[in-house]
Amino acid sequence: MFQASALNDRNARIQRRWRLLFLVMTLLLILPVAIILGLLVHHGAPVISWSFLFEFPRQGMTAGGIFPALLGTIFLVSLALVFSVPLGIAAAIYLSEYARDNWLTRAINLAIINLAGVPSIVHALFGVGAFVLFFRFGTSILAASLTLGIMALPVVIVSTRESLQAVPRAFREACWALGATRWQTIRKVVLPNSVSGILTGVILEVSRTAGETAPIMFTGAAFFLPFLPESVYDQTMALSLHLFVLSTQVPGVPEGVPYGVALVLIAIVLSMNALSIGFRMVLRGRKRW
Amino acid sequence: MSSDAFPTRRPALDRLDGAWAADKAAQVLMFVAGISAIVFILGIFAFIAREGLSFVFSRFSFAEFFGSIRWAPTSNSNPTFGALALIVGTASVTGMAMIVAIPFSLGAAVYIAEFARGRTRETLKVLVELLAAIPSVVWGFIGLSIMNKLIIDVFDVSVGLNVLNAGIILGLMAAPIMTTIAEDALKAVPDRYREAAEAMGATRWQVIRRVVLPAARNGLASAVLLGVGRGFGETMAVLMASGHSINLPTSIFDSVRALTATIAAELGETAVGSDHYGALFTLGLFLFLITFAINLTADLVVRGIRKK
Repeated sequence: MFQASALNDRNARIQRRWRLLFLVMTLLLILPVAIILGLLVHHGAPVISWSFLFEFPRQGMTAGGIFPALLGTIFLVSLALVFSVPLGIAAAIYLSEYARDNWLTRAINLAIINLAGVPSIVHALFGVGAFVLFFRFGTSILAASLTLGIMALPVVIVSTRESLQAVPRAFREACWALGATRWQTIRKVVLPNSVSGILTGVILEVSRTAGETAPIMFTGAAFFLPFLPESVYDQTMALSLHLFVLSTQVPGVPEGVPYGVALVLIAIVLSMNALSIGFRMVLRGRKRW
Repeated sequence: MSSDAFPTRRPALDRLDGAWAADKAAQVLMFVAGISAIVFILGIFAFIAREGLSFVFSRFSFAEFFGSIRWAPTSNSNPTFGALALIVGTASVTGMAMIVAIPFSLGAAVYIAEFARGRTRETLKVLVELLAAIPSVVWGFIGLSIMNKLIIDVFDVSVGLNVLNAGIILGLMAAPIMTTIAEDALKAVPDRYREAAEAMGATRWQVIRRVVLPAARNGLASAVLLGVGRGFGETMAVLMASGHSINLPTSIFDSVRALTATIAAELGETAVGSDHYGALFTLGLFLFLITFAINLTADLVVRGIRKK
C-alpha cells in the first residue's frame, strides 16, 4: 500500500548513520574499562598470593604484603557504615514518610545535593577541622570513619528514599485504616517491604567508601604502620592510600606491586558493585506489585 | 464525658499509650536525622571557615590570591599565596575533561535512552555504572603508569603527566555520572511528544533531533554542569596525573597543578594555625563555594523545566 519514497530512503540512511555514531561513542566510553581491567589483571595478578594478602609490608614497603592496609580499609568502611546507615535511613524515612512539601524539605533536598557535590578534599578539610582538631579525636580511625560516613550519607539517603517511595501508598493506607500509628506503619509495613532496596544502597555505599583516598589522608590513614590498630583512636593503613603511597612516594617498589594493590582494591569495589546490581535485578524480577 | 446521641470520638483517638509515645519519639528522631544534611553542609562551611579565617584576615590579599601565579607558601624570606596558576590549572584540566566527556556521555545517553532496547540497554547501563565505580586513586594510578607512557610514545613528548593526561582521566571519570543524568533527562521527555512526531511521519532520528533533544535541553545542561562540578572537585586522580607543577599552561602537553591537588599534597606538611595551613583552608573554602554555586545552578536549571 505504501511505497518508500526517495525521501524515506534518505531519512532511513541518515538515521542509520547517526545510530551507528552514537553506538560507537557509547562503546568508546565503555572500552577503557575493559582495557584498564585487562591491564590491571595482566600486571597485577602475578604478584597476588596468600602471602601478599596476609603479610605485613617489609623493607620500606618494597616487599611483603598488604595485610594491614586491607584490614584498615575494612575497619574504616565498617565504622563509616555504623555512623551513616542508621542516620541515612532515618533521614530518608523523614523525607519519604513525614516531610511535607515546604521550604524546609526543599532546603534538605538542596543540602543533600550539595553534600554529594562537595569535593572529597573539602570533606577532608572538614574532617581535620571538626573531628581531628575541634572534637580532639586526633588523627584516628574514628575521625576518618566519621569523615567517610558524612561523605557517604547522600548515597544512603537517596537510595533509601527511592526504595521507600517504591512501596505503594495503598499499603500504608491499609495499615492506617487498621488504627496503626505512623511509626507502626513504617516499622511493620514500609521497612519490611523496602529492606532489600535499602540493602542495595548500602552495598553501593561500601563500594564507594572503600576506594576513597582524600578524605582519610589527613584524618586517620597513615603511610606506614608496623603494627595493627588496637582501638578507634589509633591510626591505620588503608588500601587506597597505600596505592597512592606506593606509586608516588616510595622509590624502588617492584613494578608489579602497585598493580597488585590496585587490582585488590578494584576487585573489592567491583564485586560490591556487582553484588548491588545483581541484588537489584533479582528484586525487580520478584516484585509483586 | 457526654452521653449524647452522638458520642464524641476524640478520647478514643487521643489515647496516650505506648504506641502513641513511640510514634511521637520516632517522629522527632526522624526529623532530627532529616535535617542532618543541612547541619552537615553548614558544619562543613563553618569548620573550614573557622580554620581559614585567621589567614583571610591577617594575610589574604584579593589581588595576590586571584592575580598572582606565585604560590610559594613555604618560602622563608617572602612567602606568597598566589592561587591564579592553581585556578587556571584546575580550569584547564576540567576544560580538557569536558572536551572528552561531553560528546561521549551525551552520545551514550542518546543511544541508551533512545536507540538501545531490552537486554542491550540494561547491559550498557550496568557497564556505565561500573565505569563510575572505579576509585579515583586507581584512575590516578592509571594516569601515572599507563597513560603517561602512552602519551610519551604517541605524541613524542618528554613528560606524559600533563593537561591531556589528567583531562582524559577526568573525562572518563565524569562521563558516567553525566551519562546517567543526561539519560534521565531524555527519559523525562513525555512519550506523547515522541508519538506525536512519529505520527507525522518523522524517523526516530528526526524525533530525537527535533523533539527530544530540544525538550531535554535543561536536563542535558545540568548534566554538563554537574560534570564540571565533578571536575573541579576531583582530587587524587588530578594530583597523580597532572604533573603537579605550578604553570600557566600554553599547550595540552604542559604540566599543571590543581587547587584540590595542592591541598592534598601540602596539608600533611603544614603546622596547624600557620599561614600556609590557613591558606590551604582558604583554597578549600573557595572550592566549596564554587562547587556549591555549580550544584545550585544545576538544580535551578533542572527545576526550570519542571516548572514549565
